[in-house]
Amino acid sequence: MTGSALQPETGTAAPDDRIVLSTRDLTKHYRVGGGMFAGPPRVVRAVDGVTLDIRARETFALVGESGCGKTTLGRVMLRLQEPTSGTIRYRGTELTSLGEGPMRALRKNLQIVFQDPFASLNPRMRIGEILAEPLRSHGYGTPGEIRDRCTELLEMVGLRRQYLRNYPHQFSGGQRQRIGIARALANKPDFVVCDESVSALDVSIQAQVLNLLSDLQDQLKLTYFFITHDLAVVRQFADRVGVMFLGRLVEVGTTEELFARPLHPYTMLLMSAVPRPDPRRRGEDRPMVQGEIPSPMNLPKGCRFHTRCPFARDICRVEDPALQTLGGRSVACHFPLDG
Amino acid sequence: MNVNDPILSVRGLRTEFSGDRGDVRVLDDVAFDVGRGKIVGLVGESGSGKSMTALSLMGLVPRPQGSVSASSILLDGQDISKLDPAAMRRIRGRDIAMVFQEPMTSLNPVRKVWEQVGEPLAIHQGLGRKAIRKRVLDMFELVGIPEPRTRLDAYPHQLSGGLRQRAMIAMGLICEPKLLIADEPTTALDVTTQAQILALMRDLRDRVGTSIIMITHDLGIIAEMCDEVNVMYAGQMVEQADVFDLFERPSHPYTRGLLASIPRATVARAARRMPSIPGMVPNLARLPPGCRFAPRCGEVMAQCHRPPDLLSVGDGHAARCWLHAAGAVLPEGEMR
Repeated sequence: MTGSALQPETGTAAPDDRIVLSTRDLTKHYRVGGGMFAGPPRVVRAVDGVTLDIRARETFALVGESGCGKTTLGRVMLRLQEPTSGTIRYRGTELTSLGEGPMRALRKNLQIVFQDPFASLNPRMRIGEILAEPLRSHGYGTPGEIRDRCTELLEMVGLRRQYLRNYPHQFSGGQRQRIGIARALANKPDFVVCDESVSALDVSIQAQVLNLLSDLQDQLKLTYFFITHDLAVVRQFADRVGVMFLGRLVEVGTTEELFARPLHPYTMLLMSAVPRPDPRRRGEDRPMVQGEIPSPMNLPKGCRFHTRCPFARDICRVEDPALQTLGGRSVACHFPLDG
Repeated sequence: MNVNDPILSVRGLRTEFSGDRGDVRVLDDVAFDVGRGKIVGLVGESGSGKSMTALSLMGLVPRPQGSVSASSILLDGQDISKLDPAAMRRIRGRDIAMVFQEPMTSLNPVRKVWEQVGEPLAIHQGLGRKAIRKRVLDMFELVGIPEPRTRLDAYPHQLSGGLRQRAMIAMGLICEPKLLIADEPTTALDVTTQAQILALMRDLRDRVGTSIIMITHDLGIIAEMCDEVNVMYAGQMVEQADVFDLFERPSHPYTRGLLASIPRATVARAARRMPSIPGMVPNLARLPPGCRFAPRCGEVMAQCHRPPDLLSVGDGHAARCWLHAAGAVLPEGEMR
């Protein structure tokens, strides 16, 4: 596989237990189409060689536009979908080769919060049952202990215990997301994927839920893998950021480095596209991405971004750049911007 | 007609829905103007009434559950508030057009794009197919659709989200309407595509002079696009101001709270926790008796149990808050 080689982050010589979860050359390819009249099936490279280390108790944001593979990566990391190739390690355990039983046991530690956690839940179940379900399936304890834990979970996310008897439709968007968080935390995980978890919320509520996530991270020593399309939320919430484009990480860095001095042209153009809540700055001439995102079924040769990149040169149309470490930061570009 | 008169002037707009548990007033005495060639923002959170304002102006509130009344809705001097549905149909698409959030749901998947984009011409101007096709091609060029000739015969699913929204804007503008209402036109789009569509709308205003109502929940879009802004909360206008005034001198505690709680991509994180507005938007069927924001307000005072009017805080700047009433007891340290 070209363009996916990367040194694990050994530069810091951090002890291995600082890394909660890591992937090496992880891929997820889908076959689409095919069939009697559809011609040969084509392959979508949704995740195409991702190598990443997530550190204990950090918030790692994965940012990218629709179709870049960020949601697929989050699901494959937890083995909610099977990877096509590559490896995933969680605290020293290789997940990809793990059997069904041990994987089920480990799943307690690896949880996910969706954009609308109720979309997949039974509307006829009371909140108490919704919270009790994951506890029962992992053999949490006696019915009394489960009831106590449900009350504790609800109060932990700032909701009153009386709500245990209510049904999902009786809650606002912000309250639903709190319940989704409580459910994900039921079995005391330490690695939580948040997939667009605050994206559907109004701004005043979004800040409340982000603050709740921060508080819970401190109290429960959680590590977040925070998937979002919203760069403003990333800057205010994440410790480190990975920028994804068409199945690949194109840049990884600490939030402040990445926003202050982006190395990849795509990172820079993404940031400049965010509308700024400051009317005095609207006259500023900002670089804009041209054209459309190429189809993940029909990737351009060379660098995947070259068709939209204002700085592309000949080599970019031919050679796929690997993610390289540059002064402690990682970027996949032949001509990184001034770091 | 005086060119200084606004293209749209809304007064006393009130929209109600009847349901099992009685009537709910979703818009209460809404009033605002749109100047000619201006982009005017309606901003608010879900349930604030911003989209309902658009539907009420367009005559698209579903009947008989919904009912709309207004003292007047002057569109280029003509009061359209008392028109019957047939007369309203003649106005819609010709004099006022609307662009929605999700272009895919507004387009018929089995009809070619040019036929749909050109439909207002067939309805309002009775043009033939050849003339319509030519006009659609011109519009596709205007809104920056690449290879416009080959896109004419495309079906909606063959266009990307960004191109579909460009096509919808072309459809909105094809009869050269007096007013374009854009309801969250970029919310379903990626940020890079959003930047392109916003640039297009600004450009159309500058080149064609289109007057636009921009409905959004995003204060970033308001700051980038609008000349004037109306902030809505629980079915009411709570603050109206020139865009610079709004961002530099927000005068309603709700506006201040919103501005404080939006995450910013251009500013480094200052603290682990972000400022937020406590509580949530009130249920319109069970509104508090006085100021609708009072239960969430950090500056609440004795007067707030009575409903405040929009009070002037400066030239063309008003806020629905007792802090700005003469003789108001201001919280300590607060400057008027």
